[in-house]
Amino acid sequence: MLRAKRISMYVFLAVAAFVSIFPFLWIIVSSTNPSVDVTRGKLLPGSYFMVNLRSLLNSIDMLNALKNSLTVSVSTTLLALLIASLAGYGFEIYRSKAKDVVFNVLLLSMMLPFAALMVPLYRMFGRITNLVPLIGIDTLAAVVLPTMTTAFLIFFFRQSTKMFPKELLEAGRIDGLSELGMFFRVYVPTMKTTYAAAAIITFMSSWNNYMWPLIVLQTPQKQTVPLLISTLGSSYSPDYGLIMLAIVISTLPTAIVFFVMQKHFVAGMIGSVK
Amino acid sequence: MRASGPALRLRWKASLVGWSFVVVAVLMITLFYFYPMIQALLLSLQTGTGSNLTFNGLGNYRRLFTDSMFLTAVKNTFIYLIVQVPIMVLLALVLSVVLNDRTLKWKGFFRTAIFLPCITSLVAYSVIFKYLFAGDGLVNLLLLHLHLISEPIPWITDPFWAKVTIIIAITWRWTGYNMIFYLSGIQNIEPSIYEAARIDGATAVKQFFRITIPLLKPIILFTSITSTIGTLQLFDEVMNITQGGPGNASSTISQYIYNLSFKYAANFGYAATVSYSIVVMIVILSIVQFKVAGDRDA
Repeated sequence: MLRAKRISMYVFLAVAAFVSIFPFLWIIVSSTNPSVDVTRGKLLPGSYFMVNLRSLLNSIDMLNALKNSLTVSVSTTLLALLIASLAGYGFEIYRSKAKDVVFNVLLLSMMLPFAALMVPLYRMFGRITNLVPLIGIDTLAAVVLPTMTTAFLIFFFRQSTKMFPKELLEAGRIDGLSELGMFFRVYVPTMKTTYAAAAIITFMSSWNNYMWPLIVLQTPQKQTVPLLISTLGSSYSPDYGLIMLAIVISTLPTAIVFFVMQKHFVAGMIGSVK
Repeated sequence: MRASGPALRLRWKASLVGWSFVVVAVLMITLFYFYPMIQALLLSLQTGTGSNLTFNGLGNYRRLFTDSMFLTAVKNTFIYLIVQVPIMVLLALVLSVVLNDRTLKWKGFFRTAIFLPCITSLVAYSVIFKYLFAGDGLVNLLLLHLHLISEPIPWITDPFWAKVTIIIAITWRWTGYNMIFYLSGIQNIEPSIYEAARIDGATAVKQFFRITIPLLKPIILFTSITSTIGTLQLFDEVMNITQGGPGNASSTISQYIYNLSFKYAANFGYAATVSYSIVVMIVILSIVQFKVAGDRDA
């Protein structure tokens, strides 16, 4: 009886694990096969990897999309970390009644779904385009600007600042550091783990962002990776091997982040609830 | 007066320093969240194409109730919600209970494997599922090969199956994510509670329903509301797997807003009205969530 229960437990987990992993195996295997073999349902690796890679780099602007995505994600992450940690620190260390009210108002923005913001945002950037074309429609800056500040990240930093040993600030003040100096010289180095978790969350969501880039980026040269994948995926005569390779490449950055920093990864996720 | 002068100035300066830390964030959130929301409210009272807008009062809101495309999108969204969220929550709960068994081997492998779908982008996994579930896709090939079906299932081209495909896809992507929350919750449950239940002769199933579920109730509620809010905003999957089709049998509210603004002759005013319907639903859910979170701290 107990034995049967144990076996069924393992079978259940094995099935769940298989279903979870199978699509990954499938895209990896398919990226080494020609399109015909993918349609035929071939599940063994082939010798077409280099061919697919070459046609991906030649016929499709994968490198350009990667460059755009990297530019957007890295600048979003750096700016988001700077803005949100300054704010989280400010709200907690220089706490006052008025700031608490402002903080709570900021939290309300977490309720606003992007679908509701996109139309006015699009019109807003349309107007900006006439004034400052550099940050208007169809620029990477327009992707970064509205997505780089989230109340969630400010909240995340404020919560983490509660654990920050305030004595360190006293010591810094005695050493003659300025208020901003204490932030950069004392706070930032001590909070490395928080920054790591925040960087992972922000980079991932920026790397995978689809809806806003879809609306604000219009020329193919500006496409980010999700836009490129989406375009490839909806083509009428798809080259499956090539598309699978593009998907594998697009998933690599997040996969690497996940396997290298699994602890921070999960900590960041769970931290978002507390 | 002379004595309090410098002290007051010092305090004022200290307060200014504090505000300067938060000012950029406050400006950004105001500019990119609150200001657009007010704009959307004003827009929702206007009608017309492109930037030729005229005041329409509550006309757009009245139109919602007779707009069959909107009503279908709402209906679809709720079907996704009512079917998908419970399946996923239950599956994630059972998985986390099994994974918490102390004698289990390869725990790390199973946990990582089941969590892995979370690292994919919504677009990437949607395209993968679109191909897997195509008429001549791998899933049909496999089912035919195993003689489980005699003809291919129209996963993407049939109104009923299109919804099923979307539900399967979302469940694949998010079950592991929810499982991680339950796992961390279960680890906080005193093992002695289960010990006592075992001594009293409670079966595993009974322990699951009488101990695990009641003790995890706050987390279950939290994840259910988060998933509900996520489903209300469902866009990437539907856009990339079925494009809302066939017809608009699998369309969602977010996709309808997108279509109204960027696909059909742009009707920003009405699109803003539709978007306020999601805002209202999400605000209600968020209030419930804040209440739940508040109860947990108490």
